[in-house]
Amino acid sequence: MPGQPLLALRGVSKRFAAVQALVDIELEVRAGEVVALVGDNAAGKSTLVKVISGVGPPDKGVIEWQGSAVQIRRPQDASGLGIATVYQDLAMCENLDIVANLFLGREIHRFGVLDEVEMERRTRELLHTLSIRIPDVRVPLASLSGGQRQVVAITRSFLGSPRLLLLDEPTASLGIQQTNQLLDLIEELRDQGLGVLLISHNMSDIKAVADRVAVLRLGRNNGLFDVNTTSQEQIISSITGASDHAVAHRPSPEEMWP
Amino acid sequence: MNVKPRLMAGAEAVRRRVREGGLGPAPVLLALAAIWVVFQCLNERFLSPRNLSVLSVDIVGTGMVAVGIVFVLLIGEIDLSVGALAGLAGAIFAALNVEVGMAEWLAVILAVICGTAIGALHGFLFATFHVPAFVVTLAGLLAWSGLMILLLGPDSTIHFSEDGLVAALTSRHYSAPGFTYGLAALCTAVHLLVSLRDRGRRAAAGMPCRAVSGIWARTALLAVVAFSTVAVLDRFEGLPLALLIFLGVLVASDLLLRRTRYGRQVLALGGGVEAARRAGVDVTLVRVSVFMVAGTLAAFGGLFVASRFTSASQVSGTGMLLINAVAPPSSAAPACSAGVVRPGPRCSGCSSSSRSPRAWRCWASRPPSSS
Repeated sequence: MPGQPLLALRGVSKRFAAVQALVDIELEVRAGEVVALVGDNAAGKSTLVKVISGVGPPDKGVIEWQGSAVQIRRPQDASGLGIATVYQDLAMCENLDIVANLFLGREIHRFGVLDEVEMERRTRELLHTLSIRIPDVRVPLASLSGGQRQVVAITRSFLGSPRLLLLDEPTASLGIQQTNQLLDLIEELRDQGLGVLLISHNMSDIKAVADRVAVLRLGRNNGLFDVNTTSQEQIISSITGASDHAVAHRPSPEEMWP
Repeated sequence: MNVKPRLMAGAEAVRRRVREGGLGPAPVLLALAAIWVVFQCLNERFLSPRNLSVLSVDIVGTGMVAVGIVFVLLIGEIDLSVGALAGLAGAIFAALNVEVGMAEWLAVILAVICGTAIGALHGFLFATFHVPAFVVTLAGLLAWSGLMILLLGPDSTIHFSEDGLVAALTSRHYSAPGFTYGLAALCTAVHLLVSLRDRGRRAAAGMPCRAVSGIWARTALLAVVAFSTVAVLDRFEGLPLALLIFLGVLVASDLLLRRTRYGRQVLALGGGVEAARRAGVDVTLVRVSVFMVAGTLAAFGGLFVASRFTSASQVSGTGMLLINAVAPPSSAAPACSAGVVRPGPRCSGCSSSSRSPRAWRCWASRPPSSS
């Protein structure tokens, strides 16, 4: 695909105390493209999402947004650029209602006084456009089912008309019909020119919507595949390490000199 | 003809709410009624205008402290130092006013600022160094009690003027009927207008909204409570200034927590620190600020306690004040953590303005739908 990538990571590394969570990660997401990020547990997928969304800034490396290097040190920085995130643990406030959760951090207000009517109107509108049925938008999140919460979390990410969507296991607790709806939605967004980074364990979801698959293994890049020309077995063996090549196995200086 | 099915549906709704625990302030009001009945049986003067008037002034000091601590409880923390801070504020005021000879208004401002600053210090230690709030404020309780004893000197009591500004806080009463009944009418009218305007906006946006008859019924109820409060208090010395200030603080805190961005951030922090952080809430700042609010209102409450005795003494800073202040909001706190406290558009601005004096007990647990 031609043109500059929307988001590019160059040599991003992050460590937590003794654990090297990410090592020299390279990743590109273009506008109008769905990139699937796959990897086994503890491969560093969620850490990478947090790096991009500003929750856990990287120790090393450069993040480029539309070709120019940017600093994403806080969640606000990411949303300012147009990056919206659905976290695996959803990260919503159980005691607040749906409207409050959707607008948390970007409330509509006049001189600090909330405009609840306008926020509720937009919430209803958004839920309607996404054909999501939630009977009462004023119930606290704690009273919703897991699937409904997931839907709310996804809805929240659409609120600020983002340019890049990070979805960390978005289909984990969705039913079959909701999953299909979400996949349709992702395709629709891609056609509108958004970039999507989709994290999933579900190969059929990935086959259905992703254009490219980036594999992480033990915090390192372990291959980049075109979904249309790669077999599922190839991707899986890359995830599990059955097709490890010498380069990926070479120990880094950190490992040799802890 | 359709009255009976509607009644049945209403009864079913009540039963459901009883089962699910969504009764809002009803249990609190029932308990309050029970307390009143018991004490009235024990002493027939309990519900006399004189006693109610005195009670309505007596609760203000503790009530202020309690409102402040609600902010801390809402983010899921505790401030044990508020009682000591209240005592310290009284002592600072008395020492500056009597021993240093400073003007009363300046001493009041300095005492309240001290409360704010100490709250900020507690919040800073908690939010920045992650010392548990329990530990920080317990240490604060001991340290500020010590400072208070030091300030009070060998007599451990400082008397100040009975005609001054601080004494007037609890001794001033307004009995001009034009003012007292006018205030009740104003509160009722503001409640009605805010409710109707809110309803109009919701209806215009095509959203479900409350029936107009319901708004009128609520307004009528509010009017009954407001006017009967004024009428009862009028039969003694009139409307106490302390009660007015307290209700003002109560309404302001209510609006701040439910209707502003800041309040939303406080509630979000109580619902999930990580979620709030990822939504861009400045967790450290909000944490420090709630301790500042608690400290400020504790100092303010301490001045009311001192005003009651026109003196600052060790009594005003004892643990009882802390217990009294923490108990009501804490008993409502399980309801907070269960998600009952939530912002909502349906709560109207002035609904709390004329609640009975002790109704702040139910303040923290009141779901907006029933306001």
